[in-house]
Amino acid sequence: MQREKIVTIINQFLTEEFEIDESALVPEALLIQDLGIESLDFVDIVVIIEQEFGFKVTREEMVNVKTLDDMYNYIAERA
Amino acid sequence: MKRVVISGIGIYSTIGTDIETVTKSLYAGKSGIGIDAGRKDYGFRSSLSGIIERPNLKGLLSRRERVGLPEQGEYAYVATMEALKNGSLDMDYLASNEVGILYGNDSSSIPVIEAIDIMREKHDTSLIGSGSIFQSMNSTISMNLSVIFKLKGINLTISGACASSSHAIGLAYILISGGFQDMIICGGGQEINAESMGSFDGLAAFSTYENEPHTASRPFDRTRNGLVPSGGAATLIVESLDSALKRGANILGEIKGYGFSSNGSHLSVPNVEGPKVSLLRALKTAGMKPSEIDYINAHATSTPLGDLNEGKALLEVFGDCNTPVSSTKSMTGHEMWMGGASEVIYSLLMMQHSFIAPNINFNSPDDELRTLNVIAETREQKLDTILSNSFGFGGTNSTLIISKYRK
Repeated sequence: MQREKIVTIINQFLTEEFEIDESALVPEALLIQDLGIESLDFVDIVVIIEQEFGFKVTREEMVNVKTLDDMYNYIAERA
Repeated sequence: MKRVVISGIGIYSTIGTDIETVTKSLYAGKSGIGIDAGRKDYGFRSSLSGIIERPNLKGLLSRRERVGLPEQGEYAYVATMEALKNGSLDMDYLASNEVGILYGNDSSSIPVIEAIDIMREKHDTSLIGSGSIFQSMNSTISMNLSVIFKLKGINLTISGACASSSHAIGLAYILISGGFQDMIICGGGQEINAESMGSFDGLAAFSTYENEPHTASRPFDRTRNGLVPSGGAATLIVESLDSALKRGANILGEIKGYGFSSNGSHLSVPNVEGPKVSLLRALKTAGMKPSEIDYINAHATSTPLGDLNEGKALLEVFGDCNTPVSSTKSMTGHEMWMGGASEVIYSLLMMQHSFIAPNINFNSPDDELRTLNVIAETREQKLDTILSNSFGFGGTNSTLIISKYRK
Protein backbone atom coordinates (compact mmCIF):
# COMPACT_ATOMS: atom_id res chain seq x y z
CA MET A 1 0.00 0.00 0.00
CA GLN A 2 1.22 3.50 -0.80
CA ARG A 3 2.58 5.35 2.19
CA GLU A 4 0.44 8.37 1.31
CA LYS A 5 -2.71 6.30 1.67
CA ILE A 6 -1.55 4.91 5.00
CA VAL A 7 -0.94 8.46 6.27
CA THR A 8 -4.40 9.56 5.13
CA ILE A 9 -6.21 6.65 6.78
CA ILE A 10 -4.31 6.92 10.09
CA ASN A 11 -4.58 10.70 10.28
CA GLN A 12 -8.27 10.62 9.47
CA PHE A 13 -8.81 8.07 12.23
CA LEU A 14 -6.84 10.15 14.73
CA THR A 15 -8.71 13.36 13.93
CA GLU A 16 -12.20 11.89 13.67
CA GLU A 17 -12.16 9.14 16.23
CA PHE A 18 -9.55 10.43 18.69
CA GLU A 19 -10.45 14.09 18.16
CA ILE A 20 -6.79 15.08 17.80
CA ASP A 21 -6.16 18.40 16.12
CA GLU A 22 -4.90 17.86 12.56
CA SER A 23 -2.06 20.33 13.04
CA ALA A 24 -0.58 18.07 15.73
CA LEU A 25 -0.22 15.17 13.31
CA VAL A 26 3.38 15.71 12.25
CA PRO A 27 5.52 12.60 11.59
CA GLU A 28 7.81 13.21 14.56
CA ALA A 29 4.91 13.57 17.02
CA LEU A 30 5.25 11.20 19.98
CA LEU A 31 2.04 9.20 20.32
CA ILE A 32 1.86 9.31 24.11
CA GLN A 33 3.57 12.55 25.03
CA ASP A 34 2.49 14.76 22.10
CA LEU A 35 -0.81 13.25 20.96
CA GLY A 36 -2.11 12.19 24.38
CA ILE A 37 -2.72 8.59 23.34
CA GLU A 38 -2.93 6.32 26.39
CA SER A 39 -2.61 2.58 26.96
CA LEU A 40 -6.31 1.79 26.32
CA ASP A 41 -6.23 3.81 23.08
CA PHE A 42 -3.66 1.39 21.63
CA VAL A 43 -6.35 -1.31 21.84
CA ASP A 44 -8.49 0.73 19.45
CA ILE A 45 -5.51 1.53 17.22
CA VAL A 46 -4.93 -2.21 16.87
CA VAL A 47 -8.57 -2.61 15.80
CA ILE A 48 -8.35 0.10 13.15
CA ILE A 49 -5.06 -1.23 11.77
CA GLU A 50 -6.45 -4.76 11.51
CA GLN A 51 -9.65 -3.53 9.89
CA GLU A 52 -8.09 -1.06 7.46
CA PHE A 53 -4.86 -2.81 6.55
CA GLY A 54 -5.77 -6.43 6.98
CA PHE A 55 -2.94 -7.77 9.13
CA LYS A 56 -2.81 -8.85 12.73
CA VAL A 57 -1.05 -6.56 15.14
CA THR A 58 0.61 -7.76 18.30
CA ARG A 59 0.89 -5.56 21.34
CA GLU A 60 4.54 -6.56 21.65
CA GLU A 61 5.35 -5.10 18.23
CA MET A 62 3.44 -1.94 19.02
CA VAL A 63 5.73 -1.28 21.99
CA ASN A 64 8.38 -0.07 19.53
CA VAL A 65 5.99 2.32 17.79
CA LYS A 66 6.78 5.62 19.49
CA THR A 67 6.06 8.30 16.89
CA LEU A 68 3.50 8.77 14.19
CA ASP A 69 6.23 8.10 11.64
CA ASP A 70 7.00 4.79 13.39
CA MET A 71 3.36 3.86 12.98
CA TYR A 72 3.29 4.68 9.25
CA ASN A 73 6.49 2.64 8.79
CA TYR A 74 5.19 -0.25 10.87
CA ILE A 75 2.05 -0.45 8.70
CA ALA A 76 3.94 0.12 5.41
CA GLU A 77 6.22 -2.84 6.15
CA ARG A 78 3.26 -5.16 6.62
CA ALA A 79 0.32 -3.90 4.57
CA MET B 1 -27.80 8.85 63.85
CA LYS B 2 -27.31 11.69 61.41
CA ARG B 3 -30.26 13.12 59.50
CA VAL B 4 -30.11 12.48 55.75
CA VAL B 5 -31.46 14.78 53.05
CA ILE B 6 -31.77 15.01 49.29
CA SER B 7 -30.10 18.13 47.96
CA GLY B 8 -30.06 17.68 44.19
CA ILE B 9 -32.01 15.85 41.49
CA GLY B 10 -31.58 15.18 37.80
CA ILE B 11 -33.52 13.08 35.33
CA TYR B 12 -33.43 11.79 31.77
CA SER B 13 -36.71 10.03 31.13
CA THR B 14 -39.34 9.25 28.54
CA ILE B 15 -41.54 12.03 29.91
CA GLY B 16 -38.80 14.66 29.77
CA THR B 17 -35.04 14.98 29.84
CA ASP B 18 -34.86 17.68 32.51
CA ILE B 19 -36.59 18.43 35.80
CA GLU B 20 -38.78 21.22 34.47
CA THR B 21 -40.19 19.23 31.54
CA VAL B 22 -40.75 16.18 33.73
CA THR B 23 -42.68 18.28 36.28
CA LYS B 24 -44.98 19.53 33.53
CA SER B 25 -45.46 16.02 32.12
CA LEU B 26 -46.33 14.64 35.55
CA TYR B 27 -48.87 17.38 36.11
CA ALA B 28 -50.37 16.93 32.63
CA GLY B 29 -50.48 13.13 32.87
CA LYS B 30 -48.39 12.79 29.73
CA SER B 31 -47.40 9.35 28.48
CA GLY B 32 -43.87 8.57 27.29
CA ILE B 33 -44.89 5.29 25.66
CA GLY B 34 -44.74 4.48 21.96
CA ILE B 35 -43.90 1.72 19.51
CA ASP B 36 -40.44 0.39 18.69
CA ALA B 37 -41.38 -1.20 15.38
CA GLY B 38 -38.06 -3.06 15.04
CA ARG B 39 -39.04 -5.36 17.89
CA LYS B 40 -41.37 -7.29 15.60
CA ASP B 41 -38.36 -8.35 13.53
CA TYR B 42 -36.99 -10.02 16.64
CA GLY B 43 -40.31 -11.78 17.18
CA PHE B 44 -41.43 -9.70 20.12
CA ARG B 45 -44.97 -10.32 21.32
CA SER B 46 -45.26 -6.60 22.10
CA SER B 47 -43.41 -3.71 20.46
CA LEU B 48 -44.52 -1.21 23.11
CA SER B 49 -41.68 0.72 24.72
CA GLY B 50 -40.81 3.93 26.46
CA ILE B 51 -39.42 6.25 23.79
CA ILE B 52 -36.27 8.25 24.44
CA GLU B 53 -33.46 9.74 22.37
CA ARG B 54 -29.84 9.05 23.17
CA PRO B 55 -27.95 12.19 24.16
CA ASN B 56 -25.02 13.35 22.06
CA LEU B 57 -22.10 13.65 24.46
CA LYS B 58 -19.49 14.63 21.89
CA GLY B 59 -18.04 17.91 23.07
CA LEU B 60 -19.20 17.28 26.64
CA LEU B 61 -16.96 14.31 27.37
CA SER B 62 -13.61 13.28 25.95
CA ARG B 63 -13.43 10.25 23.70
CA ARG B 64 -11.90 8.16 26.48
CA GLU B 65 -14.74 9.14 28.79
CA ARG B 66 -17.34 8.32 26.14
CA VAL B 67 -16.09 4.94 24.91
CA GLY B 68 -16.71 3.24 28.24
CA LEU B 69 -20.30 4.46 28.51
CA PRO B 70 -23.14 2.25 27.30
CA GLU B 71 -26.59 3.63 26.50
CA GLN B 72 -27.79 3.75 30.11
CA GLY B 73 -24.46 5.23 31.15
CA GLU B 74 -25.06 8.14 28.79
CA TYR B 75 -28.47 8.73 30.34
CA ALA B 76 -26.91 8.51 33.80
CA TYR B 77 -24.23 11.04 32.92
CA VAL B 78 -26.80 13.58 31.72
CA ALA B 79 -29.04 13.01 34.76
CA THR B 80 -26.05 13.33 37.09
CA MET B 81 -24.90 16.57 35.45
CA GLU B 82 -28.36 17.99 36.09
CA ALA B 83 -28.39 16.72 39.69
CA LEU B 84 -25.00 18.29 40.40
CA LYS B 85 -26.17 21.59 38.93
CA ASN B 86 -29.46 21.35 40.79
CA GLY B 87 -27.49 20.64 43.96
CA SER B 88 -25.09 23.57 43.41
CA LEU B 89 -22.13 21.21 43.21
CA ASP B 90 -19.15 21.62 40.92
CA MET B 91 -16.00 19.68 40.05
CA ASP B 92 -14.01 21.65 42.64
CA TYR B 93 -16.33 20.44 45.38
CA LEU B 94 -16.12 16.84 44.17
CA ALA B 95 -12.32 17.08 44.00
CA SER B 96 -11.90 18.42 47.51
CA ASN B 97 -14.50 16.32 49.36
CA GLU B 98 -15.07 12.60 49.77
CA VAL B 99 -18.19 11.94 47.69
CA GLY B 100 -19.43 8.43 46.95
CA ILE B 101 -21.66 6.81 44.36
CA LEU B 102 -24.28 4.07 44.75
CA TYR B 103 -26.05 3.57 41.45
CA GLY B 104 -28.67 1.02 40.48
CA ASN B 105 -28.09 -1.00 37.32
CA ASP B 106 -28.79 -4.63 36.52
CA SER B 107 -27.92 -5.21 32.87
CA SER B 108 -25.86 -3.98 29.96
CA SER B 109 -26.82 -6.03 26.96
CA ILE B 110 -25.61 -4.33 23.79
CA PRO B 111 -21.85 -4.28 24.53
CA VAL B 112 -22.00 -7.94 25.56
CA ILE B 113 -23.81 -8.86 22.34
CA GLU B 114 -21.45 -6.82 20.18
CA ALA B 115 -18.35 -8.39 21.73
CA ILE B 116 -19.74 -11.90 21.31
CA ASP B 117 -20.69 -11.17 17.69
CA ILE B 118 -17.07 -10.18 16.98
CA MET B 119 -15.70 -13.31 18.64
CA ARG B 120 -18.09 -15.54 16.74
CA GLU B 121 -17.51 -13.86 13.40
CA LYS B 122 -13.85 -12.87 13.52
CA HIS B 123 -12.45 -15.28 16.11
CA ASP B 124 -10.22 -12.48 17.34
CA THR B 125 -10.71 -10.73 20.68
CA SER B 126 -8.30 -7.94 19.75
CA LEU B 127 -11.03 -6.57 17.46
CA ILE B 128 -13.46 -5.99 20.34
CA GLY B 129 -11.93 -2.63 21.23
CA SER B 130 -11.20 -0.89 24.49
CA GLY B 131 -14.66 0.29 25.55
CA SER B 132 -16.52 -3.00 25.61
CA ILE B 133 -15.37 -4.33 28.97
CA PHE B 134 -16.24 -1.08 30.74
CA GLN B 135 -19.61 -0.89 29.00
CA SER B 136 -20.60 -4.48 29.56
CA MET B 137 -20.04 -4.91 33.28
CA ASN B 138 -23.02 -4.47 35.53
CA SER B 139 -21.11 -1.82 37.45
CA THR B 140 -20.65 0.22 34.27
CA ILE B 141 -22.46 3.31 35.52
CA SER B 142 -20.84 3.66 38.94
CA MET B 143 -17.47 2.74 37.41
CA ASN B 144 -17.66 5.37 34.66
CA LEU B 145 -19.25 8.18 36.64
CA SER B 146 -16.81 7.77 39.53
CA VAL B 147 -13.95 8.39 37.09
CA ILE B 148 -15.66 11.18 35.14
CA PHE B 149 -16.59 13.04 38.33
CA LYS B 150 -13.40 12.11 40.24
CA LEU B 151 -15.30 10.59 43.15
CA LYS B 152 -13.36 9.28 46.11
CA GLY B 153 -15.97 7.81 48.43
CA ILE B 154 -17.85 4.54 48.30
CA ASN B 155 -18.17 3.29 44.72
CA LEU B 156 -20.69 0.51 44.06
CA THR B 157 -23.44 -0.61 41.76
CA ILE B 158 -26.55 -1.93 43.43
CA SER B 159 -28.21 -4.74 41.51
CA GLY B 160 -31.58 -5.61 42.95
CA ALA B 161 -33.65 -6.04 39.82
CA CYS B 162 -36.44 -3.46 39.59
CA ALA B 163 -35.75 -2.28 43.13
CA SER B 164 -32.05 -1.57 42.40
CA SER B 165 -32.05 2.19 42.63
CA SER B 166 -34.51 2.35 45.51
CA HIS B 167 -32.13 0.13 47.48
CA ALA B 168 -29.25 2.38 46.35
CA ILE B 169 -30.93 5.34 48.02
CA GLY B 170 -31.81 3.27 51.07
CA LEU B 171 -28.24 2.03 51.47
CA ALA B 172 -26.90 5.57 51.03
CA TYR B 173 -29.29 6.61 53.79
CA ILE B 174 -27.82 3.94 56.07
CA LEU B 175 -24.20 4.85 55.26
CA ILE B 176 -24.79 8.56 55.76
CA SER B 177 -26.96 8.26 58.85
CA GLY B 178 -24.25 6.03 60.35
CA GLY B 179 -21.63 8.69 59.71
CA PHE B 180 -19.63 6.69 57.15
CA GLN B 181 -20.12 9.18 54.29
CA ASP B 182 -21.32 12.77 54.02
CA MET B 183 -22.50 12.73 50.43
CA ILE B 184 -23.38 9.96 47.99
CA ILE B 185 -24.52 10.33 44.40
CA CYS B 186 -27.42 7.89 44.05
CA GLY B 187 -29.56 6.85 41.17
CA GLY B 188 -30.49 4.28 38.63
CA GLY B 189 -29.98 3.78 34.91
CA GLN B 190 -31.93 1.58 32.54
CA GLU B 191 -31.12 0.58 28.98
CA ILE B 192 -34.14 0.62 26.69
CA ASN B 193 -32.94 -1.23 23.59
CA ALA B 194 -34.86 -4.18 22.16
CA GLU B 195 -32.01 -6.64 22.73
CA SER B 196 -32.16 -6.09 26.49
CA MET B 197 -35.90 -6.62 26.61
CA GLY B 198 -36.38 -9.74 24.48
CA SER B 199 -36.13 -12.30 27.25
CA PHE B 200 -38.59 -10.31 29.35
CA ASP B 201 -41.00 -10.14 26.40
CA GLY B 202 -40.57 -13.90 26.14
CA LEU B 203 -42.26 -14.23 29.53
CA ALA B 204 -45.37 -12.61 28.00
CA ALA B 205 -45.10 -9.95 30.70
CA PHE B 206 -45.60 -6.92 28.44
CA SER B 207 -48.81 -5.08 27.67
CA THR B 208 -50.23 -5.93 24.28
CA TYR B 209 -52.32 -2.79 23.78
CA GLU B 210 -50.17 -1.84 20.82
CA ASN B 211 -52.92 0.11 19.08
CA GLU B 212 -53.05 2.59 21.93
CA PRO B 213 -49.51 3.07 23.25
CA HIS B 214 -50.46 5.94 25.57
CA THR B 215 -53.07 3.82 27.31
CA ALA B 216 -51.05 0.59 27.33
CA SER B 217 -49.66 1.00 30.83
CA ARG B 218 -52.66 0.99 33.13
CA PRO B 219 -51.61 0.10 36.69
CA PHE B 220 -54.42 -0.99 39.01
CA ASP B 221 -57.00 -0.87 36.21
CA ARG B 222 -58.87 -4.13 35.88
CA THR B 223 -58.15 -4.32 32.12
CA ARG B 224 -54.33 -4.15 32.57
CA ASN B 225 -52.50 -6.94 30.80
CA GLY B 226 -48.82 -6.28 31.33
CA LEU B 227 -46.10 -3.72 31.81
CA VAL B 228 -44.43 -1.51 29.22
CA PRO B 229 -40.61 -1.64 29.33
CA SER B 230 -38.97 1.74 29.58
CA GLY B 231 -35.76 3.40 30.70
CA GLY B 232 -33.50 6.40 31.12
CA ALA B 233 -31.70 7.51 34.27
CA ALA B 234 -32.33 9.41 37.47
CA THR B 235 -29.78 10.83 39.92
CA LEU B 236 -30.15 12.20 43.43
CA ILE B 237 -27.62 13.87 45.68
CA VAL B 238 -28.03 12.24 49.09
CA GLU B 239 -26.26 14.09 51.85
CA SER B 240 -26.08 14.45 55.61
CA LEU B 241 -28.13 17.35 56.91
CA ASP B 242 -24.98 18.74 58.52
CA SER B 243 -23.16 18.78 55.19
CA ALA B 244 -26.13 20.32 53.37
CA LEU B 245 -26.50 23.07 55.96
CA LYS B 246 -22.77 23.74 56.01
CA ARG B 247 -22.66 24.41 52.28
CA GLY B 248 -26.02 26.19 52.19
CA ALA B 249 -27.64 23.61 49.92
CA ASN B 250 -31.26 23.77 48.83
CA ILE B 251 -32.81 20.84 50.71
CA LEU B 252 -35.49 19.08 48.65
CA GLY B 253 -36.53 16.49 51.19
CA GLU B 254 -35.41 14.39 54.12
CA ILE B 255 -35.14 10.61 53.93
CA LYS B 256 -37.04 9.43 56.98
CA GLY B 257 -37.27 5.70 56.45
CA TYR B 258 -36.02 2.76 54.42
CA GLY B 259 -37.73 -0.59 54.46
CA PHE B 260 -36.61 -3.75 52.75
CA SER B 261 -37.47 -7.42 52.61
CA SER B 262 -37.20 -10.48 50.47
CA ASN B 263 -40.21 -12.65 49.62
CA GLY B 264 -38.19 -15.85 49.74
CA SER B 265 -40.66 -17.59 47.50
CA HIS B 266 -40.66 -17.32 43.71
CA LEU B 267 -38.49 -15.79 40.98
CA SER B 268 -41.26 -13.85 39.29
CA VAL B 269 -44.51 -14.30 41.21
CA PRO B 270 -44.87 -11.56 43.84
CA ASN B 271 -46.65 -12.01 47.15
CA VAL B 272 -48.36 -9.81 49.72
CA GLU B 273 -46.35 -10.58 52.82
CA GLY B 274 -42.91 -9.45 51.54
CA PRO B 275 -44.01 -5.97 50.45
CA LYS B 276 -45.95 -5.62 53.71
CA VAL B 277 -42.81 -6.31 55.74
CA SER B 278 -40.96 -3.68 53.68
CA LEU B 279 -43.74 -1.11 54.24
CA LEU B 280 -43.87 -1.75 57.97
CA ARG B 281 -40.09 -1.61 58.32
CA ALA B 282 -39.96 1.74 56.48
CA LEU B 283 -42.64 3.15 58.80
CA LYS B 284 -40.81 1.81 61.83
CA THR B 285 -37.47 3.33 60.74
CA ALA B 286 -39.22 6.63 60.14
CA GLY B 287 -41.03 6.41 63.48
CA MET B 288 -44.27 7.14 61.65
CA LYS B 289 -47.82 5.90 61.64
CA PRO B 290 -49.52 5.01 58.34
CA SER B 291 -51.74 8.10 58.74
CA GLU B 292 -48.67 10.33 58.46
CA ILE B 293 -48.05 9.30 54.84
CA ASP B 294 -49.73 11.78 52.46
CA TYR B 295 -49.08 9.98 49.19
CA ILE B 296 -47.91 6.58 48.01
CA ASN B 297 -46.05 6.21 44.74
CA ALA B 298 -46.81 2.56 44.09
CA HIS B 299 -44.51 0.12 42.39
CA ALA B 300 -47.54 -1.09 40.35
CA THR B 301 -46.24 -1.92 36.90
CA SER B 302 -49.55 -2.82 35.22
CA THR B 303 -49.22 -6.57 35.57
CA PRO B 304 -52.33 -8.42 36.77
CA LEU B 305 -50.87 -10.15 39.84
CA GLY B 306 -48.17 -7.63 40.80
CA ASP B 307 -50.58 -4.72 41.12
CA LEU B 308 -53.16 -6.86 42.91
CA ASN B 309 -50.68 -8.09 45.52
CA GLU B 310 -49.17 -4.66 46.08
CA GLY B 311 -52.67 -3.22 46.41
CA LYS B 312 -53.51 -5.86 49.02
CA ALA B 313 -50.33 -5.07 50.98
CA LEU B 314 -51.13 -1.36 50.83
CA LEU B 315 -54.68 -1.97 52.05
CA GLU B 316 -53.42 -4.11 54.92
CA VAL B 317 -51.14 -1.31 56.12
CA PHE B 318 -52.94 1.84 54.96
CA GLY B 319 -56.52 0.57 54.65
CA ASP B 320 -57.79 2.75 57.49
CA CYS B 321 -56.20 5.95 56.16
CA ASN B 322 -57.52 6.11 52.58
CA THR B 323 -54.03 7.27 51.55
CA PRO B 324 -53.85 8.55 47.94
CA VAL B 325 -51.98 6.17 45.65
CA SER B 326 -50.78 6.50 42.08
CA SER B 327 -48.33 4.69 39.87
CA THR B 328 -46.35 7.03 37.66
CA LYS B 329 -45.50 3.96 35.57
CA SER B 330 -48.88 4.63 33.94
CA MET B 331 -47.03 7.47 32.16
CA THR B 332 -43.40 6.37 32.07
CA GLY B 333 -43.78 2.64 31.68
CA HIS B 334 -41.60 0.44 33.87
CA GLU B 335 -38.21 2.08 34.28
CA MET B 336 -36.89 -1.00 36.06
CA TRP B 337 -33.33 -0.46 37.45
CA MET B 338 -33.97 3.28 37.25
CA GLY B 339 -37.50 3.20 38.66
CA GLY B 340 -36.76 3.46 42.37
CA ALA B 341 -34.71 6.62 41.90
CA SER B 342 -36.90 8.22 39.25
CA GLU B 343 -40.05 7.63 41.26
CA VAL B 344 -38.52 9.29 44.32
CA ILE B 345 -37.76 12.25 42.06
CA TYR B 346 -41.31 12.26 40.64
CA SER B 347 -42.66 12.19 44.20
CA LEU B 348 -40.30 14.95 45.33
CA LEU B 349 -41.49 17.12 42.43
CA MET B 350 -45.10 16.50 43.47
CA MET B 351 -44.21 17.45 47.04
CA GLN B 352 -42.38 20.55 45.86
CA HIS B 353 -45.25 21.70 43.64
CA SER B 354 -48.14 20.46 45.81
CA PHE B 355 -49.88 18.03 43.48
CA ILE B 356 -50.43 14.33 43.00
CA ALA B 357 -49.58 13.08 39.53
CA PRO B 358 -52.33 10.95 38.09
CA ASN B 359 -52.40 7.22 37.64
CA ILE B 360 -53.49 7.66 34.03
CA ASN B 361 -55.53 4.98 32.26
CA PHE B 362 -57.23 3.98 35.49
CA ASN B 363 -60.96 3.45 35.04
CA SER B 364 -62.11 0.65 37.25
CA PRO B 365 -60.41 -1.35 40.01
CA ASP B 366 -60.12 -5.04 40.76
CA ASP B 367 -62.90 -6.21 43.07
CA GLU B 368 -60.37 -6.86 45.84
CA LEU B 369 -58.92 -3.32 45.55
CA ARG B 370 -62.17 -1.33 45.49
CA THR B 371 -61.17 0.61 48.59
CA LEU B 372 -57.66 1.52 47.36
CA ASN B 373 -57.64 5.28 46.80
CA VAL B 374 -56.12 5.38 43.30
CA ILE B 375 -55.79 8.97 42.03
CA ALA B 376 -56.78 8.93 38.37
CA GLU B 377 -56.74 12.69 37.74
CA THR B 378 -54.15 15.27 38.73
CA ARG B 379 -54.96 16.54 42.18
CA GLU B 380 -53.74 19.75 43.80
CA GLN B 381 -52.69 18.76 47.26
CA LYS B 382 -50.05 19.77 49.79
CA LEU B 383 -47.79 16.83 50.53
CA ASP B 384 -45.54 16.66 53.57
CA THR B 385 -44.53 13.01 53.41
CA ILE B 386 -44.42 10.56 50.52
CA LEU B 387 -43.73 6.85 50.34
CA SER B 388 -42.27 5.08 47.32
CA ASN B 389 -42.34 1.32 46.73
CA SER B 390 -40.07 -0.66 44.44
CA PHE B 391 -40.13 -4.42 44.02
CA GLY B 392 -38.11 -6.73 41.82
CA PHE B 393 -37.65 -10.24 40.49
CA GLY B 394 -36.55 -12.68 43.13
CA GLY B 395 -38.89 -10.96 45.54
CA THR B 396 -36.63 -8.08 46.55
CA ASN B 397 -38.62 -5.21 48.06
CA SER B 398 -37.68 -1.64 48.96
CA THR B 399 -39.69 1.18 50.48
CA LEU B 400 -38.56 4.76 51.03
CA ILE B 401 -40.28 7.46 53.08
CA ILE B 402 -39.37 11.06 52.40
CA SER B 403 -40.63 14.21 54.09
CA LYS B 404 -40.32 17.91 53.50
CA TYR B 405 -37.34 19.19 55.43
CA ARG B 406 -38.23 20.85 58.72
CA LYS B 407 -35.71 22.21 61.20
